[in-house]
Amino acid sequence: MLDNYFPILAFIFVSIAVGIGPSIGGWVCSSLLGWNRPDSQKLSPYECGFEAFEDARMKFDVRYYLVAILFILFDLEIAFLFPWAVVLNEIGFFGFVSMMIFLLILVVGFIYEWMKGALEWE
Amino acid sequence: MNFPMPNLLPAYAEIFLLTMTCIVLVVDLFLDDQRRYVTYVLSLLTLAGCAFFTIGIGSIPGPTYTFNNMFVSDLMANVLKLASYIAVAVNMVYSRSYMADRGMLRGEYFSLSLFAMLGMMVMISSNHFLTLYMGLELMSLCLYAMVALNRDSATSTEAAMKYFVLGALASGLLLYGMSMIYGATGSLEMRNIAKILEVGSTNRVVLVFGLVFVVAGVAFKLGVVPFHMWIPDVYQGAPSAVTLFIASAPKLAAFAMAMRLLVNGLIPLAIDWQQMLTLLAVLSMALGNLAAIAQSNIKRMLAYSTISHMGFLLLGMATGVVDGNWLSAAEAYSASMFYAIVYTLTTLAAFGSVLLLSRAGFEAENIEDYKGLNRRSPWFAFIVLVTMFSLAGIPPTVGFYAKLSVLQSAVSAGQVWLAVVAVLFSLIGAFYYLRIVKLMYFDDPVDTAPLAVRLDMSVLLSANGVAILLLGIMPQQLMELCFVAIKSL
Repeated sequence: MLDNYFPILAFIFVSIAVGIGPSIGGWVCSSLLGWNRPDSQKLSPYECGFEAFEDARMKFDVRYYLVAILFILFDLEIAFLFPWAVVLNEIGFFGFVSMMIFLLILVVGFIYEWMKGALEWE
Repeated sequence: MNFPMPNLLPAYAEIFLLTMTCIVLVVDLFLDDQRRYVTYVLSLLTLAGCAFFTIGIGSIPGPTYTFNNMFVSDLMANVLKLASYIAVAVNMVYSRSYMADRGMLRGEYFSLSLFAMLGMMVMISSNHFLTLYMGLELMSLCLYAMVALNRDSATSTEAAMKYFVLGALASGLLLYGMSMIYGATGSLEMRNIAKILEVGSTNRVVLVFGLVFVVAGVAFKLGVVPFHMWIPDVYQGAPSAVTLFIASAPKLAAFAMAMRLLVNGLIPLAIDWQQMLTLLAVLSMALGNLAAIAQSNIKRMLAYSTISHMGFLLLGMATGVVDGNWLSAAEAYSASMFYAIVYTLTTLAAFGSVLLLSRAGFEAENIEDYKGLNRRSPWFAFIVLVTMFSLAGIPPTVGFYAKLSVLQSAVSAGQVWLAVVAVLFSLIGAFYYLRIVKLMYFDDPVDTAPLAVRLDMSVLLSANGVAILLLGIMPQQLMELCFVAIKSL
């Protein structure tokens, strides 16, 4: 059984070599060939518009999560709809009805979140 | 490619429940707090409708398979579903005033309960690893949210977080085991797996590894040692009404899950999993009963009592197949099923009494709150007495017959030492149940406020207590029903 895993072991070594090789090479090349003219703006870290140096446990508006989760829900719906639409001719009435039921359940969820005010930012 | 329309008849109850839950969810949006009773009544009617469908489907003889053999409707499924409807409905009635007093009687409580119920039904009726897993996740996700329903309470959110993290871990273990069994047998359908295993010629190492992970997943959902760590914290941290929910119907579903996975799917490996279950059972009975003695919080005490009861439940499952033949297996498994149903019935009354003692602004959490209950209300003290006797396994309550039947199955399987250990630990366990009785009857009340009980709850709690007593006097019908149900598997 172990023989079957040998390719995976080999793959791990190769991928380590491929992964680490260029980064070490790049570091060596850039320190040999590149200019090094730092200034305060270049050295300060950038973090998506947040202050980089403060307590990491700051309060984060929960609405970001809400929007993100709702987005994933409806994004997945579309991910299901595309392949369904492509093969609609072949899967017949049963396939059509299954997707309609799925959409109906999502619509119930949509009504729920709308009425609960999850879509209002303020 | 054309898909034929599947036979929807065996799943009518599930389809009805899903439709009604969506309706409950939407209807509740248009109600204010004064008219919340509409949601409540609608939810109870939904469960009644499900019971109607399940009884109708139950009249069809023999197991019916549908959705490409992913879903099965047999007598065991229907009996367990009916018991779960009753448990969830009773839970709704008990918890109504408790939740209302704490501002948690929102529509979400009902819709989450109903969705959890749907998950349990799918679990109970599954004949395929994927349907089983889907039902399990639907149930678990609803339960996590219900534990955290009291958002402002730090203990509730902590309990929900623990439950979620450990639950996700257990689901992962279960899936890993399933994938290994799939690797060894090439099938996800339980009955098919059993057939392939009987023929033999599967990779035994992979199979046993898979089995270990599956048993670990089942053990977590049942809450037996050493997979019990979440139970005391979750039971204590959750609002009492939600604790009642978690302690009742999901145990039936977990039992069904164990039956479907181990008995329907992996019965040719019974020699292997019976040893594991025996170990789990002995550890649970020992730790559950010993740790419960040290508790001063009633919910924590009942949590440890749950652990020991689940150990007893496993006793029946661990002694079904003797020396490779399963002649007496149906008796042992039906003893376990009887135990699961009886445990659910009794635990409803036990946590019902916790809700009974709580009121607006007062949380009955400590064992001391039971002091002198006899003087405050002799009738409810009697109901609690019956419940505690049943949990301890003292005749003439039904808990006695439940314990007796699993012990019988252990003895008839030749595992006398197991029965002796079980009796020993249930004797130790009797101490902390009888302590409650002593507090109620021989101590002075600390809390002298009169019990304010809604009529529906007091009627139902009385009926619950009387049912424990009546079933203890004539347990024959229910036992036979369980036997026929297991026989039909």
